[in-house]
Amino acid sequence: MKNKWDAARARDKAPRAAGEGGEKPRADGLRTTKPHAEKPRGGKKQKPLYSREHMLYLKKRKRETALVQALRVGVLLLILGVWELVAQLRIVDPFIISSPSRICTTIADLAANGTLLYHIWTTLWETLAGFAIAVVLGTLIALLLWWSERALRVLEPYIVVLNSLPKIALGPVIIVWFGTGSTAILFMTVLVGIIVAILNMLGGFAATDPGKILLLRSMGASKFQILRKLVIPSSVPAFIGMLKICVGMAWIGSIMGEYISSNAGLGYLIVYGGQVFRLDLVMAATVILCVLAAGMYALVALAEKALVKK
Amino acid sequence: MENNGKQVLEFKDVRLTYHTKAGETTAAEHMSFCVDEGEFIAVIGPSGCGKTTVLSLAAGLLRPSAGEVRVAGGAAHPGNIGYMLQKDELFPWRTVEKNLFLPLEIGKRDTPENRRRAVALAEKYGLGGFLKHYPAQLSGGMRQRAALIRTLASDPRLLLLDEPFSALDYQTRLNVCEDVCRVIREEKKTALLVTHDISEAISAADRILVLSARPARVIASHTLDFAETSPLKRRESPQFSGWFELLWKELNL
Repeated sequence: MKNKWDAARARDKAPRAAGEGGEKPRADGLRTTKPHAEKPRGGKKQKPLYSREHMLYLKKRKRETALVQALRVGVLLLILGVWELVAQLRIVDPFIISSPSRICTTIADLAANGTLLYHIWTTLWETLAGFAIAVVLGTLIALLLWWSERALRVLEPYIVVLNSLPKIALGPVIIVWFGTGSTAILFMTVLVGIIVAILNMLGGFAATDPGKILLLRSMGASKFQILRKLVIPSSVPAFIGMLKICVGMAWIGSIMGEYISSNAGLGYLIVYGGQVFRLDLVMAATVILCVLAAGMYALVALAEKALVKK
Repeated sequence: MENNGKQVLEFKDVRLTYHTKAGETTAAEHMSFCVDEGEFIAVIGPSGCGKTTVLSLAAGLLRPSAGEVRVAGGAAHPGNIGYMLQKDELFPWRTVEKNLFLPLEIGKRDTPENRRRAVALAEKYGLGGFLKHYPAQLSGGMRQRAALIRTLASDPRLLLLDEPFSALDYQTRLNVCEDVCRVIREEKKTALLVTHDISEAISAADRILVLSARPARVIASHTLDFAETSPLKRRESPQFSGWFELLWKELNL
């Protein structure tokens, strides 16, 4: 392959009388892997002309993707179908395993008597608020610990112990301190998420390229400048990774909180349904939880696309 | 303070001792040399002798344990030198243009005038069409060129080059070396190049400093007698192998 550097140098030597012509980015100086992804930046439009072989390859890939998606839906339908069948034919008592149709009826009943949205909203609010507090506070604490290495060294063993401690062990303490209301549940949610947030962000900050830190220091950068210009922007992927983990943690926290003490919410429905042996209710609440958790994860994935678009 | 205006860098009987848990290491002792304005100096030495230490001292990132390091007549401190590393270290989330402005932002000299100067440099050396591109869109050679322009953007008195070509493949490496040397000479910059590659030192520099094994000190200083400044042409010239032999022997004493 012809050397790109040579090509660029040759352009330097070319007479500049061509005016703007020399300023335009040339495709030969670029490393393009996806021709169709190239934006017409320099006003130069590139129409991809593929060979027949490549078109076939693209078609094959497209077909493969479609197949995977169809199979995904298929797996779900199969499970639901078998489940329904087993319950309808009374191979296993639907009282024990419930069934898709009974779950639908239960959700419809909850919606009809107006309690569905109330329970959803209760859990959703606890989860979102706990998630937000854990993420913001955890990131701030991680920043402070990055700033002061001494503080990090002092606090590290405590963070490690708190991380390995099953947070549910603190349930009774939380109830005594914060009562049986939503404050206790919120506290539990924050507690579950914040340690993970701190540890993930600390890992992200610590992974900052030492060569780039050296470069900034040679420019005479202050610690704050290093933080603002390098450490924070290069930790965006770590931040997104942390958000994804914290979504799961927040749901664990809020449902666990509701298990310990509550009188509303999806976790409450699950515990209550279990106590009175109404598996339909337990399954219905679980299905709703699945949908909500998936939705929240999708939102984070959307945020990721917006943040890391280059 | 005495400053004849010609010496850009001066090491006066410098000693540097590193302290680690395992013990202390003297990286340099009785190290003295001067670099005049506009000189291109290469520093070679046996591996592990502390070549990079010399740059850290000149950049003011390390303080000498004894002796004195002076840059442009004052004590060495970060910010008034340009440092070029093995890797280009361009920030991938910034466009090439924004990367060039980085030293201006850090030095609080981010004025429209200084920005124009940086852009003019980029255009002069063939980066004009790539200013709005991200580093990932450039080839390795172009990236290293962008790193050089970034180093020049703050108009430093002294350039410190820490094996800036060693991360490139051989062919690109010769081309980039050619290019970087041309830019440095055209901009009449004073430069200190640290390298383990003897032929690179001979092809690029006006003068070569040879360091001893640890603790490092300057054991020889050779002013090269080439008619041409182009590294590629120097490699073809008859004196080249003579210099290579001489330096090879000095390093393997």
